[in-house]
This record gives sequence, C-alpha cells and structure tokens, in this order.
Amino acid sequence: MYKYDQYDQAMVDARVEEFRDQCRRRMEGHLTEDQFKPLRLMNGLYLQLHAYMLRVAVPYGTLNGQQMDALADIADKYDRGYGHFTTRQNIQYNWIKLEDAGDILADLAKVEMHAIQTSGNCIRNISADHFAGAAADELVDPRPYAELMRQWSSFHPEFTYLPRKFKICVIGADKDRAAMKLHDIGIQIVKNDEGELGAQFYVGGGMGRTPMIAPMIREFVPLDQLITYAEACLRVYNRYGRRDNKYKARIKILVHELGKEEYTRQVEEEFQHMLDQGIEPPFAELERIRPYFADPAFETGLSDDIDRSDPDFALWVDTNTHAHKAPGYVSAVISLKPVGGIPGDATAEQMHLMADLAREYSFDECRVMHTQNIVLPHVKKADLYALWQKLEAAGLGTANLDQIGDIIACPGLDYCSLANARSIPVAQKIAQRFEEKGQSNTLGELKLKISGCINACGHHHAGHIGILGVDKKGKENYQLLLGGSEGEDTSLAKITGPGFDEDGIVDAVEKATEVYLNEKQEGERFLDTYRRVGMAPFKEALYG
Amino acid sequence: MAELISENPAEALASGDVQFRFRDDELVSDPAVTVDAFVGQSNAVAVRIEPGDDARELLPHLDRIALVEVNFPAYTDGRGYSAARILREAGYAGELRAVGDVLIDQLSHMKRCGFDAFAPDAPLNEDDAKAAFDRWPHVYQSAADDRTPIWNLRHER
Ligand code: HEM
Ligand code: SF4
Repeated sequence: MYKYDQYDQAMVDARVEEFRDQCRRRMEGHLTEDQFKPLRLMNGLYLQLHAYMLRVAVPYGTLNGQQMDALADIADKYDRGYGHFTTRQNIQYNWIKLEDAGDILADLAKVEMHAIQTSGNCIRNISADHFAGAAADELVDPRPYAELMRQWSSFHPEFTYLPRKFKICVIGADKDRAAMKLHDIGIQIVKNDEGELGAQFYVGGGMGRTPMIAPMIREFVPLDQLITYAEACLRVYNRYGRRDNKYKARIKILVHELGKEEYTRQVEEEFQHMLDQGIEPPFAELERIRPYFADPAFETGLSDDIDRSDPDFALWVDTNTHAHKAPGYVSAVISLKPVGGIPGDATAEQMHLMADLAREYSFDECRVMHTQNIVLPHVKKADLYALWQKLEAAGLGTANLDQIGDIIACPGLDYCSLANARSIPVAQKIAQRFEEKGQSNTLGELKLKISGCINACGHHHAGHIGILGVDKKGKENYQLLLGGSEGEDTSLAKITGPGFDEDGIVDAVEKATEVYLNEKQEGERFLDTYRRVGMAPFKEALYG
Repeated sequence: MAELISENPAEALASGDVQFRFRDDELVSDPAVTVDAFVGQSNAVAVRIEPGDDARELLPHLDRIALVEVNFPAYTDGRGYSAARILREAGYAGELRAVGDVLIDQLSHMKRCGFDAFAPDAPLNEDDAKAAFDRWPHVYQSAADDRTPIWNLRHER
C-alpha cells in the first residue's frame, strides 16, 4: 500500500489548516455562504436535507486496517455510529456538524486520509479495479498509475474550477470491474506489440441525465507521457466545455457535440504543445510508487482445496470469492447488503471488525468496491472458513455478490435534497421479496441498481435491471429499465414503459425475473437472455 | 519572482485597483482593450481577455503587450487559469493581471498559473491574502510559476 512521505503529509496538513481558516472566515462573516459553498464542497462537505454530509476519499478504494479503524472512530465520535460506502469507493457520513469538520479532517490526516476534492467542479478521487493486484486475470496493478494521477490532480492550479466535476478511473485488466467507460476519463493500462506498457484513453463517458459510453481517443499513450496527455484532455475541456448550462457541462457533452474526432484532434494538438512544457513527472517517480503496490509475501506451496462440508459456507464461497493470482489464495467479498439493510452502510463495530479481519487474514489491506461492498483482497483458502464464521457472527456473511440482493442504491429521498423518490426502502423490499421466494441463487448474476432521481448516483443506467425514481404529480414513481451493463460489454439500460408505485415496482421486478426464468437457455444470465429475446416479452409480461 | 507588494492599504483601494503585485516594474495604467480590438489595432499595449476569448489569438503579438488583464466575471469560471498558462507557456513576460471576482481562496492557484498582479472587485483582507499566497508548503505538479514539484524534489540529488 502507498505510504505518505513528508511531502504528502505536509500537503494534507496544510489543507486542514486552510479549511480551518476558511471556516473561521465564514463564521466571522468575511465569506458569504455562496463564497464558502464551493470551498466546503472541495473538502467533501455537502449540506443535505437534515444535516451536513461529509465524503471522505479512499484513493483507488484501498484502505489498511488502521484507516478502517479511523473511519469507524469518526462514525462513533462525530456521526451516529455508522457510515455509508459509496459507488465511487468512498465513504460518506450523513450527520455531521459543520463545527466538527475541521477536527474530522485533522483526525483523517493522522492516518494519511482526507476529503480533498471529493466534491466540487474539480478532479475527484480516482477510482480503480477493486481486485487490483489480486485478480488472476490482471495484466498489471492499475494503482501505481492512479496514485501518480492522485498527486498530479491534487490542488491542480488550472483545473480547480472546471465546467463540472471530473471523474477518472484506471483499470489494468481486460475485464472491466470499475465501470471505466462510464467515467469522464477511463484509462486501461495495456501492453503494445513491443511488450511495453501504456495507457489507453477513453474520454467522455458518464451517467447522469445523459448517459454516454466513453469512446476510445488514444490506443496507447506511453507511460512517460501519461500525465501530459491527461493534462491536454483536461485543458481542452476547461477551455471549451459548456458553462452556460449545468446539465450540459460534463465533458461527455463536449466530446459528443464536437465529435470524437474533433475533440481528439484538439487534444493531440494541445498534447504536442505540452510535450515541451516539462509537465511530465520524472519517470523515477512511477518507479518510486510501484514497490508500494508490490505483492505481499504470499506463502507458497499452499493447497487450493476448500472443505465444503458446511453448505452455507460452500454457498458463500461460490458467490462471494474471486479468483486470485497466487495459488492457495482468493479475494473474499464482505457483503454490505444484508437482506433488509441499507445498501453500503456499515456500523462502527462492523468497520472495526473488518479492520481486524484485514489485519488477520489479508495482509492488512481491504478495498471498497463500487458495488458498495468491501473486499479482503488476499485471503488464504485455508483461512476462509474461520473468516466466514466471524463474518456470519457479525451479520456480514450474506452470500449475494452480484445477485439480486446485492443492490446498488443511492441515498435517495431519505437523505438527498435532489431526490424525487426514496431508493433505500425499495431496495429493502426487493431484497426481502426475493429472500422469501428463496430465488436469489436460481437467478444467478443479476445486477440491480436504483437511483432516486435522474442524476443516476445509483448507476441505474448500468443495471441489468435499473430503477429510476421520478416525480409523478407529487407522488413517488419508479421507472423500470432493462439491459444495462458496466462491464467489458458496457451498455445502457432502456426504459420498459410507464412507471410504477413503490409496491408496483417490486412486483414489476419479480415479473421481469419470471420472464427470464421462462425464456432462459442453458448458461444464460438475465442480461444474456434479455439481449437475445429483446424487450418485447418483458413488456408483454409487465403491461400486456 | 519578485516579492509581494501590496499597492495600498485595503481601505484606500477602489474596486478594480491593483491590490497585490509580484513585479517591481512600473504599474501599467493604459486602458485594456478587448482581444478583437487589440488584434485589429496596432498601438494598444494593454488587452483584456474575457472567459470566452482564445488567448492564443494574442500569441503573434506578445512583443508589443505590456499588460494582459484576465477577467473573472465569476470566480467559478476557471477558463482564465488556462488562458494565463497559455500566455506564460508562449513566453509572455509582461504583467498578467487577474481582475474581477478575485477572492482569497483562488489567489495561490492564480499565482501558480502565472498571474503576477491582482485587482479584485472587492479589496481583500491583507493578512488573509498573504496567508493564502503562502498556503502551500510544496506543490505536486508543475505550472507557470517556478516552484519545483514534489516529484522533482523527491528525485533530486
Ligand atoms: C446525497 C447527496 C448526493 C448528491 C446531492 C449528489 C448529486 C449528484 C449529481 C447532481 C449528479 C449528476 C452530475 C452530472 O450528471 O453532472 C450525481 C452523479 C453521480 N453521483 Fe451523486 N450525489 C449524492 C450522493 C451520491 C452517492 C452517495 C454516491 C455513491 C453511492 C454518488 C455517486 C454518483 C455517481 C456515480 C454519479 C453518476 C456518474 C457520473 O455521471 O458522474 N452520489 N450526483
Ligand atoms: S441519484 Fe438523485 S436522489 Fe440519488 S443521491 Fe443522486 S442526486 Fe440524490
């Protein structure tokens, strides 16, 4: 894992001081609320329906035990004993007092954490594959590149007042587990024919009210030009991205309006110019960062056998573990989606437990997934049973990864001031319905995602089944979408037809799964069946 | 870069006066003309860039410019930061003045992008501004100023 040196620490400490100073000037009346708002946002502080919300950055989703403990302590000390892991691999607290914010940032800085640029129209925290450095199918660990970009994007003087927020994601495997093409910039680290590593750039993806899949604009950027190329992408956006209409301000609209070719031409021109400007970090910096992400000391000669005599355990192993590159190891997913729970929430005690388990079983490392679960990346197969028993005892052993109960849901009307409808109760009802039917396993991989409004924080466009909360004459109403995917086969979901009320949407989801079970052919997932048979049979069942 | 010079105590400043300057040459007081007017007219020495203007239009004329004002009608519009860097990257060495909605918390970034004079609509508290200019002990990335990025400090020997 990356460790701060004196410079990183000095920068984070300076930020805490800056924020304390901004709070002071706000309280003394030197800053108006309008002037203060973007400053607090750039430190992750939103004003929500009931209180301030604080979003803490988890760079590329990676945490050690001490950091997870610190997150738990913040939940206990400054919030109501829990926190919410988000689809951008961060954590949010929902009940924060403004006057505590400076102290929280100081507590975070002690464990090399911060809330810098977790909001605002700047480059946000950079996300990455949650199985980075562990997955059997990975080419390289994307996190050294994400860390280099973290440094480059922190307090970037030119790109702090962009037209709109800017999200970057880096992956290092062909299988995309991070919705890379749904980011403003998605980067895949690839190898060229000469065997050299480079960065493949996808620009202009996003969700929100105009979902778009990012087109590839450069097949191969040499690693010693990575930062310069990113800088060129951003400068063209900063200069020409729309600022007249907030809803058209994301880079996806610029790329769409200019066309991919013209945008690319402008970037390449800026890039050629910038190559002479000395922007690129010394290559030695990447070489300094890389060893921090080197493999931990895996034991060798381990057995791959798992004792499956306990059927509940066997089920959990089948759903919640992921193939590891080292023999005898797996990545184990801790589900934060117990039936009836709030997707992504964890209590302080659960966080402390996860920290302990990371230390005991996973080389002191855990990851936040964009599906709002936690991964222990490097667990010995021989330890799995003991690990699972401890998870079970703490209500963290739900076996539902990527199944219908593993729902992504945004905060919705329970917390969010922009919401049209509640997301959390719908998620709870759907999970309960399928739990009662005992169907979760029969349905297999089925990604269900719920957003409480068109902003799409819950990724509904990318759900095999998506649900979008809308306002219908002052009543909460839910539209059903089918056929989205965020993986290597990224696609955007389509609306089935008229919306449903809260109970109606639960029934509608059930009907859609019945169509699948009737139509499915050998080996097909819900998504495969939908892609083969199309929308018609689903429409028939829903509205016929 | 020259030391910070506060032109006048904040109380004595009118809206739009230069309050802070990192140059020791004479303040340019010629009125700034628009980019269009400047490009079409040979005798002006001061020009004002609005957010929608392309700073690169000025590049053929840099040798006759003594002052570029970059206007920030709203501090949330960050196009002026790119305009400033583009001018400095092209070798412009004259005064680069941030005007308009220039506030404390943008000063250090503006300075990094090459601004060396600041004329806020509303004069700023001098102590707060000085603290803001000195805020960052280090910088991560290279920009239009002469500060050495952290990643160069790390590998210097
Ligand atoms: C409760 C406070 C929140 C507010 C006010 C809020 C606001 C917004 C807005 C306005 C957008 C649309 C931006 C655009 O399209 O330009 C958006 C998108 C998004 N938000 Fe949120 N959000 C909140 C919470 C969350 C949470 C909790 C998560 C993660 C679980 C999240 C993740 C995202 C993602 C992934 C997108 C869409 C992807 C994209 O196009 O960037 N947001 N949010
Ligand atoms: S999707 Fe809408 S309701 Fe849900 S968190 Fe985002 S802004 Fe709020």
